[in-house]
Amino acid sequence: MVRDKGLIKTVKFKDSKYLGDPLNAVKIFNEKEVDELIVLDIDASAENREPNFTLIKNLASECRMPLCYGGGVKTVEHAKKIISLGAEKVAISSAIIESPQLITEIAQAVGSQSVVVVIDVKRTGFLKKQEVFILNGKKSTGLNPVDFAKKVESLGAGEIIIQSIDYDGLMTGYDLDLIGKIREAVTIPISALGGAGTIEDITELIHKFGVIGASAGSLFVFKGKYKAVLINYPSRIEKNQILSTYINK
Amino acid sequence: MITLIDYGSGNIHAIANIYKRLSIKYQLTADPNVLKEAKKLILPGVGDFDETMKAFKQLGIKNLLNELVVEKQVPILGVCVGMQILGKSSEEGAEEGFGWIDGQVKKFDIEKLQTKPYLPHMGWNTVQPQKESQLFENIISENGFYFLHSYYFECKNNDDILATTEYGIEFSSAINHKNVYGFQFHPEKSHQNGVEIFRNFANLAC
Repeated sequence: MVRDKGLIKTVKFKDSKYLGDPLNAVKIFNEKEVDELIVLDIDASAENREPNFTLIKNLASECRMPLCYGGGVKTVEHAKKIISLGAEKVAISSAIIESPQLITEIAQAVGSQSVVVVIDVKRTGFLKKQEVFILNGKKSTGLNPVDFAKKVESLGAGEIIIQSIDYDGLMTGYDLDLIGKIREAVTIPISALGGAGTIEDITELIHKFGVIGASAGSLFVFKGKYKAVLINYPSRIEKNQILSTYINK
Repeated sequence: MITLIDYGSGNIHAIANIYKRLSIKYQLTADPNVLKEAKKLILPGVGDFDETMKAFKQLGIKNLLNELVVEKQVPILGVCVGMQILGKSSEEGAEEGFGWIDGQVKKFDIEKLQTKPYLPHMGWNTVQPQKESQLFENIISENGFYFLHSYYFECKNNDDILATTEYGIEFSSAINHKNVYGFQFHPEKSHQNGVEIFRNFANLAC
């Protein structure tokens, strides 16, 4: 997550903690041979700003792994520019609530495979019903996440990142119930985000759902119970162990 | 000197960065006067088949590339859509490809995929070499490569298949015919394995 050009991590989309310079972080993630990076400028849409194209260009040329960029994408032109600057995927969220057809238009321009819809989900109200939120978790849409996931798939999204605001930064495990419902509802790739605190959380996710994107923030940038900032990532051997739990199932 | 054909494809900068770090000379260009002197060409690619072919027409370099690749036998490496346009045609569009490697580009049949997710074929997958090639030197096969596509290249001649990958079916993930090479995966996004591919291509004897 990026805020004011700095890399940050939140808890439940609040209490942001500064982690350092994003480009430096990319260099470390290169060395760790990370599978994929997702960079989201979390204030762009809420502050009605355009994507930061200079940052995107610098990130994309530095990345030796695939890059997905989101934040402030409101038009087909934004998406085309992000892909032309070297990102593999463009993430959209807030803008598609008002203009869902934007998904189709962007998919036609850059190909479905590069269109990622981020669905932020929060429990709300007396019944703790799960709803889709936008503008950095500030605004409820009243939409049901499962129905919304089906809709974005039918409009041409190539992938869904399902992010739990309630679990963000808690490091207590993914919202497996929510992820399960979305996995059942659509056929496109999905990635889970929010809650991963240990390698076991990722193992559990993969054991349960097989081929699925396991994303994490806190887990890869904090170390120890006082959350000291230290970028880390499972080694190839650890990754193979995680995957073998599914393959040997 | 490696010449990266700069027709507006986004992944060109990541490839350039790899050569920069390897201290191998490279240039980015779409200028016919510079291109005609090229000794080694890289054809990057991200996106749509037709859009890509139209870009070459608009730049007015389609015929020049034909001349370089077919007559002058300049080695060329196509990545992703840059590989797909090496073929004659694609189910993704109506434009004619370069046709330097005989084959056509087809969409994966989702009926053959057993588990979700279906398409795109996205993420890390392994590549099984089918032939000896200098381009595979120092590659650690089990570390794999990054893929992001819904269409694949179907070679007319099995001899042109350099490597295959499983995704529902076994498809050609790397192809080669004479001086023409194509990779469906993104070596520029595949960590050290990808770096080795670009280094090997630079070391290829002309």
